[in-house]
Amino acid sequence: MAEQIMNSGWRRWMESVGDQTVFLTSFFRNVFSGGFEWSEFVRQSYEIGYKSLTLVSITSFIMGLVLILQLRPTLVDFGAASMLPQTLAVSIIREMGPIITAIICAGKIASSIGAELGSMKVTEQIDAMEVSGANPVQYLVVTRILATTLMIPLLTMIGDVISLFGGYFALNFTDDVSFTLYFTKCFASLDFTDYLPALVKTVFFGFAIGFVGCYKGFNSNKGTESVGLAANSAVVTASLWVFFIDMLAVQITNLLFY
Amino acid sequence: MDEVNQHKEGAEQPSAKTDEVMVKIEHLRKCFGSKEVLKDINLTLHKGENLIVLGRSGQGKSVTIQCIVGLLTPDKGSVKVFGQEVAELSNDELKELRTRVGFLFQSGALYDSMTVKENLEFALTRVLKIKDQQELDQRVKEVLEGIGLPEAIDKMPSDLSGGMRKRVGLARTLIVKPEIMLYDEPTTGLDPITSREISELILKMQKKYKTSSIIITHDMECARITGDRVLIMNDGEYIAQGTFEELQHSEDEFVKSFFLDTL
Repeated sequence: MAEQIMNSGWRRWMESVGDQTVFLTSFFRNVFSGGFEWSEFVRQSYEIGYKSLTLVSITSFIMGLVLILQLRPTLVDFGAASMLPQTLAVSIIREMGPIITAIICAGKIASSIGAELGSMKVTEQIDAMEVSGANPVQYLVVTRILATTLMIPLLTMIGDVISLFGGYFALNFTDDVSFTLYFTKCFASLDFTDYLPALVKTVFFGFAIGFVGCYKGFNSNKGTESVGLAANSAVVTASLWVFFIDMLAVQITNLLFY
Repeated sequence: MDEVNQHKEGAEQPSAKTDEVMVKIEHLRKCFGSKEVLKDINLTLHKGENLIVLGRSGQGKSVTIQCIVGLLTPDKGSVKVFGQEVAELSNDELKELRTRVGFLFQSGALYDSMTVKENLEFALTRVLKIKDQQELDQRVKEVLEGIGLPEAIDKMPSDLSGGMRKRVGLARTLIVKPEIMLYDEPTTGLDPITSREISELILKMQKKYKTSSIIITHDMECARITGDRVLIMNDGEYIAQGTFEELQHSEDEFVKSFFLDTL
């Protein structure tokens, strides 16, 4: 019995890997096959990027603020309070900014794409597109994945800057630091090896979020319950992928630059 | 049983308008897991004909028409559309075939993020590659006037009633001028008056666009108004065929049960 369960679990997993490979191949084939849906891509970029901006801004501001409040007592104990802007900048740019933005977006965007495509599947809209002779992968999948791949790095960059503003705000609760001094110290501590790997990994975060959302929605079953399952599964899987990619990115960055 | 024989013998001589065969299905079998939905389906649709498929829910009527457009692949048997074996077509050939076959889904399946106009233009711009805005506007206007909903052009699907959605779904399918129309329960969920209007619209559109149609329905009034020939399906097979009037007076108990309210 246990063996049967194991076998069926492995089989399902292998089938899922196979399906995802086919889906990924189909995505790349459609990206390069021509007939790109520019207007839908712009609409999706607006939906995914602009409409996530408020959420990313608020969480980034709070993150910068909280980090300073948490770091300050420890650094003061070591007599290194003047290192607060540098410490914050390095942790935000290298790790906290990309990962928090990606997790927020995995929750908001992957679930929204999963639910939208899942509901289109349930209401036969994807089938209708297919039988009309149009290409649903080109219209629905390619545009969404490319939009997340472009928008997550942009949101991360904006989020990083807002986090630094949050840190400046928190620092001025207790200390009197000028705006110019704070940002000069922040950026003086950063170099190319901080910006580039962080930016590159956000491109992969964006791709993973879009891909997982589209795959889960596009392959959901035909029942209303499956829309919820697609959304939920998209968030969980996309979040896991974000952490997995982050782990790989840190290893590769350390190998290449340190 | 007589009707089964009539079906088998009459498969090549139906009450069609011309003898040109548009769709030919032979010994179609389709299973989902261990459930055999279609056992041995044989069907011929002739040019200009309206073929009604009647049957209880879950008998595989929709599965049959999904096999015709290649949404599902048969486990066994042959599905030929315009003489081409659907399962053997390449992606491009299947796409080409689908431009000649319209499919009206039970729910209408309108794209809910687009307006009615965008829904209607979707296949025109992407499949027929029409870029001239004047021609697009002309086609949209013409088809919306045909279904009696010119005022719905800028509405979202969520602002339309069930009957209006079915009409717009029909318009979206007809706008590319298909040669074959497949209707999946076009009047389900509608009140009797709207159902009748949709049935009459199907007939009117069939005459205007000269399509051949397979109409899957439970609605006997729709079958009476639109059908040239009726097939009755049970347990994955067709058990009877004939005109509406012939089947109405059938001696077979199962066939009679469909027509109880029409006598």
